[in-house]
Amino acid sequence: MRRKLFFTASVVALSLALAAVVILHPTRAKSEDTKTASMEVRVDNFTFGPDTLTVPANSTVTWVNKDDVPHVIASNDGLFKSKALDTDDKYSYTFTKAGTFAYYCSIHPKMVGKIVVQ
Amino acid sequence: MAKKNLLDPKAGGFIEHDHNNDGIDRRGFLKCMAWAGAGALCVVQGGVLTSRALASQMGSEMKPHKMGELTFVQISDSHMGFNKPANPDVIATLQAAVDKINALPEQPEFILHTGDISHLSKPSEFDNVDQILKATNKEIFFVPGEHDVLNDEGAIFRERYAKNSKGQGWYSFDKNGVHFVGLVNVMNLKAGGLGTLGPEQLEWLEDDVKHLKHSTPIVVFAHIPLWTVYPEWGWGTDDSAQALSYLKKFGSVTVLNGHIHQTMQKVEGNVTFHTAFSTAFPQPAPGKAEGPGPMKVPAEQLRSVLGITDVNYVQGRHALAVVDSPLV
Repeated sequence: MRRKLFFTASVVALSLALAAVVILHPTRAKSEDTKTASMEVRVDNFTFGPDTLTVPANSTVTWVNKDDVPHVIASNDGLFKSKALDTDDKYSYTFTKAGTFAYYCSIHPKMVGKIVVQ
Repeated sequence: MAKKNLLDPKAGGFIEHDHNNDGIDRRGFLKCMAWAGAGALCVVQGGVLTSRALASQMGSEMKPHKMGELTFVQISDSHMGFNKPANPDVIATLQAAVDKINALPEQPEFILHTGDISHLSKPSEFDNVDQILKATNKEIFFVPGEHDVLNDEGAIFRERYAKNSKGQGWYSFDKNGVHFVGLVNVMNLKAGGLGTLGPEQLEWLEDDVKHLKHSTPIVVFAHIPLWTVYPEWGWGTDDSAQALSYLKKFGSVTVLNGHIHQTMQKVEGNVTFHTAFSTAFPQPAPGKAEGPGPMKVPAEQLRSVLGITDVNYVQGRHALAVVDSPLV
């Protein structure tokens, strides 16, 4: 019983401490969120969102298919190509070099996007 | 289904205007097209275009008669494996299409499938389609849709459905004096572009039709429309104009496509373009939605926007009759 109380108290204390960190460093928490989110391209309604994504070198970009039909992510110059991505499937590619990488959906070629690596 | 008899001139069934003196009343044709979605028959007989509701053809008021020397059916976009809200049971709707074919008063000689047999190019999806279509007891000719060639450049498709084809799966054959050409326009697609036939296939096509008499009726079938339906959604083929230039000399050319999951028809000179229903799910009319994805309709309406296409050729006549009929 006593041990359980101690445990509960510890959890409460830890939670408070964590909350304090978040409250005291709101900008840091926010910028980390943005960084994570910005590495993702949503494939939705036959478009890439965002259609142009700028990332630092050595970033891994993940495409996630939110459509009811499959899509295939393929770079225009043949550098990378995913398998067919069904609904909610993901594909990641790590960009090691700076440059602009144009890509499209190889089965719906009207869908085009760009990754700008700085 | 519509019960109105379009043979009645008052209902707009007969040709009234033939400005080009070619037996095609374009105004009449448009009236006919307007009926297509409800299951109408558009046919040129002896140079005269007539149209009538399919219900009349199948019903008692007009007994089906032996119309031609060649009848075949087009089905398209079965998307086996699709299970999203737009149609959670594509097996049942393909089955309904088979039942519809088997119930046709004039049995087709064979079937054309204009692609997207599967949703994800999986062997199990192809197996399911084969199993269901077996009940038609008909020879079936296939061309691939982009969903059939997803991860292997079409190797499985060709192994199963186009063993004796050329290049990436194109071929031709003759039936009762009609020359059929199956084309592939879903591979090697370029960023920002539409469907593509490619130089190798175009060269083959030019050669394939070169020796044919101008009076030979031609039927071209391919997945993506060979006319520009709506380029914003990729509904067209970049180099189709060149393909059609090889077919200019022929008196009757019928182009049958799928891909857009709705019926549409256009006449340009001697070429009739037609797109078929899907047996799986409908897609929005061009520009009528944010994108061309599967369109959810109320469950009780689904089968009225899916269907099959019945094509009829009468020797010596001008064009082929193309009839769309929904599953219900």
